[in-house]
Amino acid sequence: MTTKPKKTVDPSVLKEEMLRKYPPKVARKRSKQILVNELDEQGHSQEIMSNVRTIPGIITQRGCTYAGCKGVVLGPTRDIVNITHGPIGCGFYSWLTRRNQTLPPTPESENYMPYCFSTDMGEHDIVFGGEKKLRQAVQEAFDAMNPKAIGIFSTCPVGLIGDDVHAVARDMKEKLGINVFAFSCEGYKGVSQSAGHHIANNQLFKHVIGLDDTPTEGKFKINLLGEYNIGGDAFELEELFTRCGITLVSTFSGNSSYDQFAKSHSADLNCVMCHRSINYVAEMIEKKFGAPWIKVNFIGGEATAKSLRRIAQYFGDKELIERVEAVIAEELPKVKAAAEEVLPTTEGKLAMLFVGGSRAHHYQELFHEMGMKTIAAGYEFAHRDDYEGRHVLPSVKVDADSRNIEELEVEADPARYRARKTPEELKALEDAGVEFKNYPGMMMEMESKTLIIDDINHYESEALIEKYKPAVFCAGIKEKYVVQKLGVPLKQLHNYDVGGPYAGFGGAANFYREIARLVSSKVWTYMKAPWEENPELSATYVWE
Amino acid sequence: MTLLRHTTPEIKPRKALTINPAKTCQPIGAMYAALGIRGCLPHSHGSQGCCAYHRSALTRHYKEPVMAGTSSFTEGSSVFGGQANLLQALENIFAIYEPDVVAVHTTCLSETIGDDIPQIVAKARQEGKVPDGKHVIYANTPSYVGSHVTGFANMVKGMVRGFAQKTGKKNGRVNLIPGYVEPADMAEIKHLAEALGVKSILFPDTSGVLNGPLTGQYSMFPEAGVTVDELKASGDAIGTLGLGEWASAEAARYLDSEFKVPCKILDLPIGLKATDRFVDTLRQLAGKSVPESINFERGQLVDVISDWHQYFYHKKVALAGDPDQIISLVEFLVTLDMWPVHIVTGTPGKRFEARIRELTADIPHEVNVKVEGDMFLLHQWIKQTPVDLLICNSYGKYIARDENIPLIRHGFPILDRMGHVYFPTVGYKGALRLCEKILDALLDKQDLTCPEHQVELQM
Ligand code: SF4
Ligand code: SF4
Repeated sequence: MTTKPKKTVDPSVLKEEMLRKYPPKVARKRSKQILVNELDEQGHSQEIMSNVRTIPGIITQRGCTYAGCKGVVLGPTRDIVNITHGPIGCGFYSWLTRRNQTLPPTPESENYMPYCFSTDMGEHDIVFGGEKKLRQAVQEAFDAMNPKAIGIFSTCPVGLIGDDVHAVARDMKEKLGINVFAFSCEGYKGVSQSAGHHIANNQLFKHVIGLDDTPTEGKFKINLLGEYNIGGDAFELEELFTRCGITLVSTFSGNSSYDQFAKSHSADLNCVMCHRSINYVAEMIEKKFGAPWIKVNFIGGEATAKSLRRIAQYFGDKELIERVEAVIAEELPKVKAAAEEVLPTTEGKLAMLFVGGSRAHHYQELFHEMGMKTIAAGYEFAHRDDYEGRHVLPSVKVDADSRNIEELEVEADPARYRARKTPEELKALEDAGVEFKNYPGMMMEMESKTLIIDDINHYESEALIEKYKPAVFCAGIKEKYVVQKLGVPLKQLHNYDVGGPYAGFGGAANFYREIARLVSSKVWTYMKAPWEENPELSATYVWE
Repeated sequence: MTLLRHTTPEIKPRKALTINPAKTCQPIGAMYAALGIRGCLPHSHGSQGCCAYHRSALTRHYKEPVMAGTSSFTEGSSVFGGQANLLQALENIFAIYEPDVVAVHTTCLSETIGDDIPQIVAKARQEGKVPDGKHVIYANTPSYVGSHVTGFANMVKGMVRGFAQKTGKKNGRVNLIPGYVEPADMAEIKHLAEALGVKSILFPDTSGVLNGPLTGQYSMFPEAGVTVDELKASGDAIGTLGLGEWASAEAARYLDSEFKVPCKILDLPIGLKATDRFVDTLRQLAGKSVPESINFERGQLVDVISDWHQYFYHKKVALAGDPDQIISLVEFLVTLDMWPVHIVTGTPGKRFEARIRELTADIPHEVNVKVEGDMFLLHQWIKQTPVDLLICNSYGKYIARDENIPLIRHGFPILDRMGHVYFPTVGYKGALRLCEKILDALLDKQDLTCPEHQVELQM
C-alpha cells in the first residue's frame, strides 16, 4: 500500500532534484513555475509564473484554445448547433467527451449535444479557402436541424488560410433569420484552453447576452457562472437554489440553453464558481448592466453553506436568510455524518491536485473535510490571479500570447444599466464580509511548505508520486493510467471519471464515498503475485 | 425520449456538413502506430491541442498510459513555421524522457504551414540535439486528407522508410503488417504465424504496450513493440503480407519497390474466409504446412456456425467503421447468411464500394453503401429500413438506444466496454468471439422482449 510517505520530504530539495534533469533553459523556466508555498506577513503568497507557453517537447496536460472555447464553455449548452470549421479531428474529439449532462425540459425540446457537426475540410478547402464550404454547411445545418442559433468554431488551419468566419456568420444570420455567430478560437492562440475561455466569453457577450429583455419572475435572481454540469453538478445546485427560494436565471453553462444566456443580464447577482473560465462575463455584465459578482464555491459542505449564506446576505432579505439557514441546518449534518463515516479510511492521508483552473483549489475543501492533506497542487491553465488572488491583476504582465486575445471595451448600457445596490449598501455589505469582485486564489489557503506547480508535466508528476506516495492523485484522463500503474489511484477532476455529482451538499457526500472507495480499494494489494513476495524456491511445504 | 431526437428518416442531401463522423483525423493513427515500436515516443508537430486530444482518445479506448510529445505551436510558430519548436522539442525529449526513437507526425497546422520535417530533423542532428544511436522517424499526416487510417498507414510507411535496410542477404523472415487493429489482434496474428512455424517481423506491434499489466511499476517504454533491429531487418525479408489495403498497403508496396521485398495485400483476417486466405497465403509464402492445431481451431469455428446458424440467418445488420474492418466483417456476416444492409465508412477510398457490392451481391435486398458517409446518414437509413443488429464504435449506442437495436462495439473508439483490448477479433479465435458477441446481442434481446410464452430455455 502506498499511503504513507516514505520519509519526510523536503519540498525545496525535491524541487531542485526535479529541475536537475532539465536542459538549462527548461530548468530556468520551470523553476519559476514550481514554488514551495510560503506567505509573507501580509498573508500574500509569492509570485508564480503561469499562463506562459508550455515548452516544446514537454509532455503537458494542456489542451488548446478551441477545446477551452467549444468544449468547455459552449459544450454544455444544449440548443445551439455548434459547427466546428476545420478538418474532422477537432470536432470529433470534442464530441460528447466531457460528460456535461443536460436535461431538455420536454421530449421535443432541442438538444444538439449528442451531435457532432463539422465542415470536415479537405485539401481543396485548405488550398482554395473554406468559406464557401462553411456557408453551405451552415445552410445544411439549418435545413437539417432548424435551430434558433448556430455557433461556428475555427480550428488551427482556418486561421492560417484566413477564412473570415465572422463574415460568413453575419451573412448567414441575415439570410436565415436566426442568430449565427463565430469564434476565432484557433488552437494556437494563447497558451492553453484559457485563451479559449476568454474568446467564448467575449462572443457570448457580444452576440447573445442581453438579447432578451423580457423580465424574469423571481425575487432573488442570480446567475451561476463557471459551472459546467459535469456528472450532474448543476442539477444538484439547481435543486438547492429552488429549495432556498433563489431564482437561477442562467448558468454558464451547465444544463443551459440559449434563451437563458439571452436574458442573463436580468439577474441581480452573478455567482462565480470557476473564476478562470468565466470571470470575463461577470466583469462585462457588471460594467454594462450593473449586476455585481461574488466568488462562490459549492464544492464542499462548509463551502456550500458559506456560499449560500453570502447570496442571502447580499439580498439581505430576512425570509431568504431564514430559508437558507433552514436548508443548511437540514443538509449540513447529513454531510458531516457522511464525512464521519469515511474519516477512519481517509484521515491523515495525502492528496495531490493538478487540474484545470479552479478545481485544484475547490476540491481541497472536500479533502480537508475528509481529514486529508493536500500536499501539492497546481493548475493546468490558470493565471497568476487564480494562484495569488485578484489583487495581483494590476501587476500581471501581458505577454504576446495574451495580447492577441481581444479585450472587449464595455460601457454602461445607457438604457439598461441598473445599479443593484447603492454605494452605501455595497459598503455595508463589504464591511459585513461580502467580497465583491474578488478571488483570493489558491495559494493563500494552502499550508506552508506545500508544493505549488503550474502546468505540471509527466516527469514532475512521477517524481512527486515517487517521493510522497500520496493516497490519491487528482488530474485528467491523460495522467490517469500512468499514476495508477504506479499503484496510486487517480481521480479525474475534469470529468469525474464516471462519478458525480460532487457539488452541493449531496455532491460532497458522494465525493467522500468515492475517495474512500479509491483509497481503500483492495486492488492495490494484488499487484504482487505470491511468488514475487516470497521468491524462495522451497516448494516442499506445498505437499505437506 | 430520444437521444438523437433531431434525426429524421427524411434524407436531405448534404455536401458540406458532416454530422456524427465515422472517422477521425490522421495523427491519431500515426500516434497509435508509433506506440508499436519499442522505445518510441510519438511526437505531434503542431499545436498542443491536437496531441492532447489524440492522447485522450487513445487513453480512453485502451485505459492505458499513452505518452506523446508536442511541439506546442503558438501564434508565432504558425506565422514563422515550427522549426524552432521541433528543434527544441527534440532536444528536450531526448534529455528528459530518453526514448530510443522519436516518431514525428505532422498536424493540419504544420502541414498548412509547410514545415519540412526531414530538413528540420537533419538540422537537429547537426546541432547535436539527437544523441548518437538515437533515431527520429517521421510521417506526414495532414488530416484534411484521408482519415485516422491514412495516418496509421503513413506512419507504418515512415517506419520502413526510416529503418529498413538491405544487406543483400535474405533473412528468411516474413514481414507482417497487421493493419489498424487492436493489440490483442496483433498478438493473435503473431500466434497464427508461430503456429505455422513462420519467422515473422510484425510491425507495428502494440501488444504488451497498450494492454500492459498493473504491477506498481511504470515504464514509459515497456519491453514490447517491434524493435529497431527488426525494422531494419524488414528490408531483407523474403516477403511482406500487408493486412488491409487502407492501413497496410503503403508500407508493403514501399518495401517492394525500394527493397525488392515482394508483397501481397490481403484483407484483414476477420472471419472464416479472410482468415483462410491469410493462413493459406502465409503457408505458401513460407513454404510451411498447416499444423493440426490450426485446422482444429478452424473446425471449431465451422462447428459453431453450424450449431447456431438459425439465429444468424437473414438477420439485417448496419455497420459503420474503417474500410479494412468493414470489408472483412461484411464478408463474414455474409458467410453466416446474415444481411449487411446499411454500410458507411468515413474514410475515403475508391475500391470500398465496389468490394462491398461484390460481397453483398447475393443479398436479395437493397444494400446502402456510402463512402465518406457519416453516422447521421446511417441512422437515417436505419429509420427507413430497420435492422436487427448494429456494429460500430461506442457512438453507436445512441442510435442503438433510440432504435432499440442490439449493438456490438467494434472499431475505434470503444470508450465504454473492456474486451477489445484483450480479446482478438482476427483469426479463427477472433471469429469465434464475434459469433459469441453476435449471438449474445441477438439472443439477449430476444430473451428480454419476446412474448412470455415464447421464452426458450434452450436455444
Ligand atoms: S487540427 Fe487536424 S490534426 Fe489537429 S485535431 Fe484537428 S483534424 Fe486533427
Ligand atoms: S488543430 Fe488546433 S484547434 Fe484543432 S485540436 Fe489541434 S490545436 Fe486544437
